[in-house]
Formats: sequence, C-alpha cells, structure tokens
Amino acid sequence: MRVLGIETSCDDTGVALYDEDIGLIGHRLASQGPLHAEYGGVVPELASRDHVRALLPLVSDLLLAAGPGRVDGIAYTQGPGLAGALLVGAAFAHGLAYAWGIPAIGIHHLEGHLLAPMLDPDPPSFPFVALLVSGGHTLLMDVEAVGCYRKLGESLDDAAGEAFDKTAQLLGLGYPGGPAIERLAATGRPGRYRFTRPLLERGLDFSFSGLKTQVLMAVRAGLAEPQAHADLAQAFQEAVVDVLTHKAMRALLTAGRSRLVVAGGVSANTALRAALNTAVTKEGGSVHYPRLEFCTDNGAMIAYAGAWRLRGAPHTLGFTARPRWPLEDLYSLP
Amino acid sequence: MTPCLLALETSQNACSVALSMEGAVIGRWERLPQGHAARLLPMVDEVLAEAGIGLVALDAFAYGQGPGSFTGLRIAAAVVQGLAFGIHRPVVPVSTLAVLAQSLEATHSLIAIDARMDQVYWGAYVRDSDGVPELVGAEEVTAPEAVRLPEGDDNWLGGGSGWDRYVDRLLPHLGPRVRTWHPDLLPDARHLIPIASAYWQRGVALPAEQALPVYIRNKVAKRSSDRE
Repeated sequence: MRVLGIETSCDDTGVALYDEDIGLIGHRLASQGPLHAEYGGVVPELASRDHVRALLPLVSDLLLAAGPGRVDGIAYTQGPGLAGALLVGAAFAHGLAYAWGIPAIGIHHLEGHLLAPMLDPDPPSFPFVALLVSGGHTLLMDVEAVGCYRKLGESLDDAAGEAFDKTAQLLGLGYPGGPAIERLAATGRPGRYRFTRPLLERGLDFSFSGLKTQVLMAVRAGLAEPQAHADLAQAFQEAVVDVLTHKAMRALLTAGRSRLVVAGGVSANTALRAALNTAVTKEGGSVHYPRLEFCTDNGAMIAYAGAWRLRGAPHTLGFTARPRWPLEDLYSLP
Repeated sequence: MTPCLLALETSQNACSVALSMEGAVIGRWERLPQGHAARLLPMVDEVLAEAGIGLVALDAFAYGQGPGSFTGLRIAAAVVQGLAFGIHRPVVPVSTLAVLAQSLEATHSLIAIDARMDQVYWGAYVRDSDGVPELVGAEEVTAPEAVRLPEGDDNWLGGGSGWDRYVDRLLPHLGPRVRTWHPDLLPDARHLIPIASAYWQRGVALPAEQALPVYIRNKVAKRSSDRE
C-alpha cells in the first residue's frame, strides 16, 4: 500500500509518500516559523491561510519527484490541533481522494508522533515507552504495538515546549523558544539560579507552569548583565531536563520496558538527549530518536500511521476536523 | 459551447454545489450555519450521480472565492484544489458578492454582507452585455456608513446579510438611491454557473494551486511591534 500523508495541524505544512514495501519515498515540509515570529506565537488564522497556499505545491513537487505510481490512500491529521488549519488538510485530502477514487482517513496527530521512530531504517522493536515532548504535549505512553497504547503520564498544565517558549519570551528571545534557550544555556553557569522540580518524586505526571512562574519572578527581580540571562536559561533547561529524565526512567521501570523512544520538538534538545542517553544506558536500556526532521511535525509519520489505519477503512465523503480529539480515543480505534 | 462545470459554494450559512451540462443545471443547496465539510463532497457525488457522469467529464471547477467566512472559503478552495489537481482540470474563481448579485433580478445591485467587527464586505455590481454582474470599483470591507454607490444611475437593489444587520446604518446615506433590498440572500452555486461559464469563455482557466480564497480582510492579527 502506498499512502500520501498530509499534516497541517499547526504551523508546519508537511507531506510525504510512504510505501509499505519500499519505505519512505519522499517528504516535503514548509515551515511557517518566520511568519509567526513577528507575532510572538502562532496566529491560527494566518497559519490556515498559509496552509491553503502551501499544501498543493508541496504535494505536486513530492509526486513529481516520486515519479509515476498509484497512490492507494490519503492520510491526513484530523486532530488535535488548530481547527482551521486541520480543515485545510482534511478538505484537500478528501477532494483529491474523491478525484482519484481512493479512501482518505483522518489520523490522530499523537499516533503519528508515537510511530515516527518506525520510519527509521533501523527502527526500535516493540514494545517501548514513548516520551513525547513538544510545544503542545508532554506525554509518556507505553507502546506495545501499532494501535496498542497505554498512557503512563502527561502534563497537568503547560507542555514542556510551551515552557521553553514562554521562558524565551520572558528573556526576549523570540519564537520558537527551544533552540534559542538551548544556545543561551550553553554559555550559562550552573548554580546561580536553582528552580524546583515539580512532582519529581510523585507518579508519572508533569507540571511545568510553576517553573514558568519561578522564571518570571527571577526576571522581575532583575537580570542586569547578559551572563545572568545565560545562567537563568541554563538553570531552567536543567530543571526541565531533570524532570523529563527522572520521569522517563520511572516510566520504563513501571512499564517493565527497556527501550525508550523520544519524539516531539523538545527531543531535539542536546542537553536532554545527553541526560537520557546516560541514564537509560546505565540501566542497560536503549534510547531511540526519530530522525531530527521527524521529531517535529511532519507528513511522513501521518503517512506511516495511515498505511496501518487505511486497511479496511470505509470510503467517507464527508469530513470534519477534531481540534480536541482526546488521546483516549486512540485506545478504542478499530 | 457552454462548458461542463462543477461549482462549489461554502462562503456563508449555506452549502451548495451545481453542475452544468449541455445547458442544464443540476444543483444541491442547504441552509447550513456550519458543517459544510460534512455535506460538500456528498453533494458533489449526488449531482454527478444524478447527471450520470463521472468527474472526468468536467471541463473545469468553479468555486466561490469570497469574501465570507474564512473557514468556509478554505473548505471550498481546498476541496477544489484536490479535485482539480486530481484530474488535471483548471479552476475558475468567482466572487461570492457577484454570485449574490447574479441571484437578484436587477441590473444594478449593491451587495453587502456582514463581516462582523462592525463592518460589511460590499461591492456594487452592474450587469454587462452578457448579462453577467460586473464589479464597479472594488470590493471592500468597511463600516456600513462608508459604503458608497458609483455616480450616475439611481435605481439600485440591495442584497446580502449586511442589509439585515446594518440596514439602519446603510439607509441614511444610500436610501434615496436604494429603494428595496433583500436581507435574506444567501449564495447558491447555481448562480455561480452563468458567471463562471462567461469567465471560462473569456479564457479564465487557472491552475489548481490558484484555487485560493479572497478574504478582503487581510489584517487579522497584531504584530508584536504594533503593540508597543
């Protein structure tokens, strides 16, 4: 089965072509980062406007490069995400699927992320624990097989990536905040600031909103010289990395797994990778990261999940977006 | 030769499609405040089935480009992109204000639809020698008080949801020249067909990726620098 994947849930337009026999044939991504940077965050209406301009040229380019060959189905992100942005992908997918006489299916964005590591030439074997850390989600899942998931823990308030974005904003670093904080933190000296690690010794859920408040207090107290900014970024990043590492280790123990898969935009953070690698290998386990380009939103993970979900899927002509599609629905999908 | 066209319209509180074939038009229309996405392709499927033809019999796809609900405009545009790209056909965009003008039995119509935020999208249309509504001036989004008629003719018909919500702010300055109005007017893809056919005969046939909405309102967020 050959599947066209379409991702338009937030501020990246991603498309990909995945073939079950051949693997990933190609993928394209148009990032709207610079468009939203001027506004200090993603503006949903502008994101939707950009998707409807960017999507078809990307698909056209992808298919041209792939050469002739029948596409058997189209998979698109149906949610969760920005309603208007999701609808662009859904509408285009269904229009094209109707024209080609093939099925189109909506995919849960988080299932895409959970399965992204399977796109690797050397994918991890099931089962594994997945840590998903992005601007919208902080989540620990036990993944027994494709379609077989169990939630272990999640953020009770802000997502980890959101904490990075908000801290960057407080430090005047712009959007997106992750890479900017990481660069600044590299020159920071440990010890000047010390932030608490919320819920560290309790369960597998996360909380990052208190950390954001502590950063705000420190900024209000005054950050005179540039070094203070760097020291604060270092302390903030260290706190987040500490919490994520601690919880990931506990999740492996709780679920009785030895493999950890880390996905989402925050998984690009090198300090986080170093800490996780050290902690997991010390316990005899292994850590897997999707290719950097598949850590963030992309069409390839949607195409991959689609290849699985399209089997026996009914042809439907009507479509909807599911901006708040609960994660729990994943467990009961057919 | 009149072209074989499929028209899609989802700009306001109605969802409609129309198919023109050998001079006949088959259509579907439903008043629908939301949920256009659930009905649009089923309607397409119904009219094609009723005509007994497949998608490949079409010469082009027409759609209501706006102005109107931003999300609605993108639903029709993105579905049309997918359809047109899928079978290698061109697209013909048509203003939704022109569609409303076409539906009125008048040579001169002043269309104004509710744009929220205390504004209306509006345009003045006069039928040309082919009987197709032609825009005089530009389509704009302004306060109702700023809606203006072209100089000259004094016999205009008003139409569109703007004449419902803002009639008391349109009449004082337009009243003498607009004697009647239709506040309940909603677009129907059937009325899109004659306009799109005329455009087609004049050579309008755009590639699928140019099936884009025309929003008119383009300032939708404040830049960080604007907030200082």
